[in-house]
Amino acid sequence: MKSIIKYFKDIFSGLRSLVKGMAVTGHYFTHPKEIITQQYPENRDTLKMFERFRGEVVLLHDENNEHKCTGCSACEVACPNGTIEIIPKRIEVDGRKVKAIDQFVYHLQMCTMCGLCIPACPTDAIVMANTFEHAVFDRSKLTKILNKPGSKIMDGIK
Amino acid sequence: MEEVTQELESKEYFINMGPQHPSTHGVLRLVLSLDGEIIKKVEPHLGYIHRSIEKMCEHDSYQQIVHLTDRMDYLSCHINNEAVCLAVEQALQLEVPDRVKVIRTIIDELTRLSSHQLWWGVMGMDLGAITTFLYGFRDREIITDIFEETCGARLTMNYNIPGGLFFDIHPNFQKRTKDFITYFRKKLPEYDTLLTNNVIFMQRMKGIGKLSKEDAISYGVTGPTGRASGFSCDVRKQHPYMAYDKVNFKEVLGTEGDCLARYKCRIAEMWESMSIIEQLIDNIPEGPVKVPTKAVIKLPKGEWYQKVETARGEFGVYIISEGQRSPYRLKFRSPGFSNLSALDHMARGCKIADLVAIMSTLDLVIPDIDR
Repeated sequence: MKSIIKYFKDIFSGLRSLVKGMAVTGHYFTHPKEIITQQYPENRDTLKMFERFRGEVVLLHDENNEHKCTGCSACEVACPNGTIEIIPKRIEVDGRKVKAIDQFVYHLQMCTMCGLCIPACPTDAIVMANTFEHAVFDRSKLTKILNKPGSKIMDGIK
Repeated sequence: MEEVTQELESKEYFINMGPQHPSTHGVLRLVLSLDGEIIKKVEPHLGYIHRSIEKMCEHDSYQQIVHLTDRMDYLSCHINNEAVCLAVEQALQLEVPDRVKVIRTIIDELTRLSSHQLWWGVMGMDLGAITTFLYGFRDREIITDIFEETCGARLTMNYNIPGGLFFDIHPNFQKRTKDFITYFRKKLPEYDTLLTNNVIFMQRMKGIGKLSKEDAISYGVTGPTGRASGFSCDVRKQHPYMAYDKVNFKEVLGTEGDCLARYKCRIAEMWESMSIIEQLIDNIPEGPVKVPTKAVIKLPKGEWYQKVETARGEFGVYIISEGQRSPYRLKFRSPGFSNLSALDHMARGCKIADLVAIMSTLDLVIPDIDR
């Protein structure tokens, strides 16, 4: 007799536990405002990343197309993956030959977004940008040259 | 008659579970030796996601090693980072400021919470309840937002450097964390209603995959998996690091050592983590967030070992230095590897469906096992 009572008790307690769980899902079904799904990519215009988010390395240029990079290669040394490659050249300033960058090559495909290059830079020339949509159709497009064509170093940066 | 019985006698046969199987959570291949549906033997085959992180560490500087540990146990990456930083700080005899200690502890516990939330969701999905996956991710999203705002990334945070933190916490950090704790204190009982009291769930967990205390110790099983068997192995309690000696928390211990005990242990740990964060979040001392170190860190000759408690168990870093800018040898003691070694012992005699439940309660992260 006891076992029969236990049998039915188990069935009812089991059913009750299932209904209890369903009540939670039913609550969210009837309260769609509590659902926090983001409608990406429809919300691209309003989607704002946090300012510290590390998306990719960019070389800052001002309105005169000037940057702060001296070509010291500190970021290249700090990078664990060989993501940054600086090709230097010699330019003449006031009759003296000075080291400057020819190309600031950035291999996005190798970057782990660790952010070690940013504090390594002595002149704060590079920052991490918030962009995150890096998908391209060709792998070669991931290798970027960060200094814009025709750009030169700002005055007074050594 | 004799011939008939011989034909009916079941033969032992082998089956591969994985490397591409949804419930192995990655590329783990289990060679199962089966008798019908009963498991005779489980043999894990590793190496599908081996990236030779330990060897790479021998060429990287100490600042660069930190970011590699993100890629091991990616669900408790901040704690892994901290282990390397603590080992280097121990070698350099650096005393980090109190502010760093408290912030590291808070983010550790947030990491543990987010890891357990994901485990809860994924475990429900392994057992056939897809709803839980969405609920777990909903709450985890708030923590990853906190990380994104303060550390700059959602998963591979790399917020620690030897000697402190990359930068100070974001001004919104305290408010967001407090909001999250009030939110999650209301939501965690929902987890219990959905899964813990569910009759189907209980029958799949109770008494499955038993691991006794002695076996847990001999296999080196740590973390919530070991504690559910009654093995008191919480590094935070036994060898406190950072601010864990200043907070009051209970080491959650189970007795049965079955899947349900491991489940309950993790749920209870979430409550404990929340209470740790609550104790610290209003008392972050002022001060600098890093001790200046040299640009090229060179450790003196010697050997150092540092262990921390990740969401999965004891994580250890063993550094041998020859006085160079990179270590001579670096060894990681990862909790997932030791926990996996007990799988064969736990799964023998169970059914295949039970193996899935056992694996989910072990909370394996395969990149942590392979490194």
